[in-house]
Amino acid sequence: MTAKMAISLTVNGEEVETLVATRTTLADFLRQDLQLTGTHTGCEMGACGACLVLVDDRPVHACLMFAVQAEGAVVETVEGLTMRRAISDLQSAFHERNALQCGFCTPGMLVSAYGILAAGALPSREEIRDALSGNYCRCTGYEAIVDAIEQTARLRHEQEEQA
Amino acid sequence: MNAFAGGLDRPNSYIGRSVSRPNAKRLLEGRGRYVTDLVLPRMVHAAFVRSPYARGRIVAIDIAEAAALPGVRAVFTGVDLAAICTPWVGTLDHFAHMKSPPQLPLPLEQVSWSGQPLVLVIADSRAIAEDAAELVMVDIEDQPALADPVAAMALGAEPLNAGFSDNICFASRLDSGGVDDAFAASEHSVEQSFVFGRHTAVTLEPRAIVADYDPSEGRLTAHHATQTPYQFQDVYSRHFGLSEANVRVIAPDIGGSFGMKLHVYHEEMAVVGASILLGRPVKFVADRMESFVSDIHARDHRVTARLAFDASGRIAGMEVDDVTAIGAFSSYPRTSAVEGNQVVRLMGAPYDFAAYRASLSVVFQNKVQTSQYRAVGHPIACAVTECLVDAAARHLGLDPFEIRARNVIADDNYPRTSPTGYQFEQLSHEACLARLRVLMDYDALLNQQAQAREKGVLLGIGIALFVEITNPGPAFYGVGGGRISAQDGAIIKLTPAGEVHCSISVTEQGQGTETIIGQIVADQLGVDRATVRVMTGDTDTTPYGGATWACRGAGIGGETALQAARKLKANLLSVASIVLQAQPDELDIRDGWVVERTTGQQRISLAEIARIAFFRSDTLPAGTQAQLSVALHYVPQGYPFAFTNGAQGCLVEVDADTGFVKVLKHWVVEDCGRIINPLLVDEQIRGGVVQGLGAAFFEECLYDEQGQLTNASLADYLVPMAVEMPDIAIDHVETPTRDTELGAKGCGEAGTAAASAAAMNAVNDALSGHGVAMTQIPMTPTRILRALGTI
Amino acid sequence: MKARAFDYVRPQTVGDALRVFDDAGGDAAYIAGGQSLVPALALRLQAPAVLIDIARLEELHGISLEDGWLRIGAATRHVEILTSDLVARHAPLLAKAAPFVAHPAIRNKGTFGGSLALADPASEFPAMALALDADIEIASTEGDRRVAAEDFFLGLYETALQPGEMIRAVRVPIATASSRCAFDELSRRRGDYALVGCGVNVQLAESRVDSVRIAFLSVGSMPMRATTAESALVGHPLTRDQIRVAQDALARDLDPPGDEHVPAEMRLHLARVLLGRLLGGLDTAA
Repeated sequence: MTAKMAISLTVNGEEVETLVATRTTLADFLRQDLQLTGTHTGCEMGACGACLVLVDDRPVHACLMFAVQAEGAVVETVEGLTMRRAISDLQSAFHERNALQCGFCTPGMLVSAYGILAAGALPSREEIRDALSGNYCRCTGYEAIVDAIEQTARLRHEQEEQA
Repeated sequence: MNAFAGGLDRPNSYIGRSVSRPNAKRLLEGRGRYVTDLVLPRMVHAAFVRSPYARGRIVAIDIAEAAALPGVRAVFTGVDLAAICTPWVGTLDHFAHMKSPPQLPLPLEQVSWSGQPLVLVIADSRAIAEDAAELVMVDIEDQPALADPVAAMALGAEPLNAGFSDNICFASRLDSGGVDDAFAASEHSVEQSFVFGRHTAVTLEPRAIVADYDPSEGRLTAHHATQTPYQFQDVYSRHFGLSEANVRVIAPDIGGSFGMKLHVYHEEMAVVGASILLGRPVKFVADRMESFVSDIHARDHRVTARLAFDASGRIAGMEVDDVTAIGAFSSYPRTSAVEGNQVVRLMGAPYDFAAYRASLSVVFQNKVQTSQYRAVGHPIACAVTECLVDAAARHLGLDPFEIRARNVIADDNYPRTSPTGYQFEQLSHEACLARLRVLMDYDALLNQQAQAREKGVLLGIGIALFVEITNPGPAFYGVGGGRISAQDGAIIKLTPAGEVHCSISVTEQGQGTETIIGQIVADQLGVDRATVRVMTGDTDTTPYGGATWACRGAGIGGETALQAARKLKANLLSVASIVLQAQPDELDIRDGWVVERTTGQQRISLAEIARIAFFRSDTLPAGTQAQLSVALHYVPQGYPFAFTNGAQGCLVEVDADTGFVKVLKHWVVEDCGRIINPLLVDEQIRGGVVQGLGAAFFEECLYDEQGQLTNASLADYLVPMAVEMPDIAIDHVETPTRDTELGAKGCGEAGTAAASAAAMNAVNDALSGHGVAMTQIPMTPTRILRALGTI
Repeated sequence: MKARAFDYVRPQTVGDALRVFDDAGGDAAYIAGGQSLVPALALRLQAPAVLIDIARLEELHGISLEDGWLRIGAATRHVEILTSDLVARHAPLLAKAAPFVAHPAIRNKGTFGGSLALADPASEFPAMALALDADIEIASTEGDRRVAAEDFFLGLYETALQPGEMIRAVRVPIATASSRCAFDELSRRRGDYALVGCGVNVQLAESRVDSVRIAFLSVGSMPMRATTAESALVGHPLTRDQIRVAQDALARDLDPPGDEHVPAEMRLHLARVLLGRLLGGLDTAA
């Protein structure tokens, strides 16, 4: 029962083939086995959103999956999104607006925001808050995060209209 | 806003400017370096066996099966750690007659709270350590828990701590005199009894430590998620018998603290001990369940208070009784009595009256220890005061703004000493109150409320005034024997390339400490802030200092940086004057260049000064010793605290059918003295307000009669989330302190200090037509419906 | 909070999955979305020897229309319920309840069948299965069988599923032009388990109630139908007075649990208020 299993998946654009203990969550696999520590764990029960990553392009809680369940999946963490510049406008908006303080919730917030903006529409502030309903932040009080996401959505929308 | 030394149009003028945080970029890219991320060679992992009972006698512990599990490296009990760690006692001398039982990392005989760590398991992974922890057999003879403070205080109640005659950790009385006369002479009085929910910080990054003891050198390096590495350098060295020079504490990126990560915890001490015994790095990260049952709690108060006032609403006197329930011992080294002490001393602080009497009882319980957590005591004092003032206003039919205007200490009536002995240099209650009324557009709100009422919608408007303690001097801890520094030090160096490096003893947890220090240094030195690098959080590489607590970083750390930068500037101009054959006072530094002060003409760059001083000292006159690094320490020596003040407003909608409350909007007018970075200040305020609103509506630690914390998970302890929180409008008044050049005071706790008071007053305003006043937080739907008589 | 060790298997068919469970002597658990199971494992409340991953079984996927029923594969994720045109058109009550199910990231993984199989009394979809008179297709080593939602929920986390059985699909009768439905819940924070939640599913005949199903969540150990309240409405238009009769009848249908923090009478009161608002908000124009 303690034997490791072979898994093969894509993480941040790279093929990963390795052995992992079956009880290792995707969060711990990313953080410990792959040293991608940008994804954080705050509760290990899906209540805080610190561990959000993209699995097959959708935000999911990495603490609520075992790595073995991600066989063949395409996983992206905040590091991968950064490298392919998929969220650089979000990161810039967060930075300018100071939509982060301690930064522990921030990768999860960015992954949630990626999901919100993926729909392409212009979300209202209420819709943004609703989409962030599973992301806990103790530092900012949320308003600056809502501002940064709202602004990014507006800028993307303007760019698309011009295009 | 008062501009600092010429305003924002000087070159390199950063003080007063909203600029982004250089150290936030890595956090945005997932490159933060938290203790939870740290991996060291040969590192092992810790898990604890915890007491299921709140009180009991340890009969036997059997670790054999656990120790035999493959992957387990050691199992430690109380005896193992008592051999290398001296006990600690959480008392301070200036709290007369305070008592607390000595604490060891793991207990020898007695358990005192449910969740108390009993046995430490060390294994190759946390998962294996948890497997082994399940195999440890602990036999505890459970005893009745003391989980009610009133019962614990009662005469004849069994003392929870053997050797003590009662369950009072600390008690005090304040009496300014004249209280009975004031009440006798007053036409009116109101009295209310309040209950405040017990809170816990719920930082998103839990407590974490990697203790790394190297036996070859007798050297301990503790990578510790703490606000105060210097305090822990002292604690580890003294209690483990290590020389201070051989103890290094590093606090890297911290995932939230809010005061919780200031205190000594059994687990961290046990893990340091384990590393010493094993001679290898040991990592402990509290999981979320452990966080709930072992992080400090706070704010567990029952207060009865009354206010005497005349027919025009002028306050004549106030009396308060505060019973606060702590844990089974007082926390170390900052004690569990400071919160209660601040509660009774902050009562009525904005208002002009002289007669005040208070009694405080700090009571032991078989629960988690309590200690300082953001806004320590302020939320309770503010809520009691502001609810009573509103009750007085309702009694007389006065508008809440009006009754406050009649009672605040006038802005031109300073300096003042409160009836509780607090010295106010200069506050701005009148200005803040007036500014809040404008910011809220109060008259429009009253209109909106009236129209809503016609449609059966209950809107409530509430306000609260507050003062906040910042920039504390040694009167806080030092005088009581606490080895907690009230001063700070900075080392600022010019690098060979002409860049600037500043090491300073205040610390960063995301509030922006490193950013504002960089702004101050760049501003005072005359360089682009992009060339200034600020380093904090490492006892080896920074001077010894007070770190972060009680909002001291901007005011005290900032002044330290300011004076150190000026000292370096003088040194640089001294070298430049020799090189340029000019007088230092004819020169200035702007944009990294030494310039003619009057014309601004560039004469020589700082990079060139550095090159000459470091590599071509042969070109300098004999006897020249260029000092391109400076060290400077600073301690505030004027007022014991730099008080700030402000006013908050809250708009709610109460659904009287369901008891649910929607917070529609919140406002803050804050006077925190000279503002170094308005963007960062406003965000600190917002975060603090939301914590206060969480207190008002959601958060409480629930205990049963057996001392079990029944809602110890994020699903059941309700922290405020995005949907339930409002947008928050902020404005400022700026009254710099004259105690420092910088004039800055603190702001980190102001949001939390008054938010729940404003929310309580808003809900009570909404319910005033029903003759109901809430005096307990959180104001849950159940409590609101009970107050309305619906259930 | 690390789970105890387990073996992990990902069979290719439902039949294989059933056999693996059998071979494990019952010391096994199916994992689909895992959004409730994984925390239980992390807290060591459950510790099966074998975890059988059924999330990707083709047979359990898909939403389709079949003879007046909407058939939803058990492994359909909540987000698919939320965004499906078929669900919006033919089972709008599910689409109305879906935004209340936990949070977006949970909905990206959690499954409809998993929600019914767990039968948490505070979950939205089990109660809506009752409100829609759903039909649950169960796969077992003995062959498939069907159980009506009425007979499926038996107690606290207890369903008609025998050990080793799994839900294959859920069918609901499709809405008609005379169908009206509404859902709401009262929770302390968005996405929390509700204090009380309610779904109403009405069939109108002209502007009178021809039939109605009212189902509550968080009012007991299982999702509950409010049959006395339903009877009070049948044959009547949804007037304020008639709605009040239905609200009063709730005291006979519901006997919620209570504690010092949320007393039983609080839940009953909230159930009344919620029912009144839902019924009062229905558009009864033909």
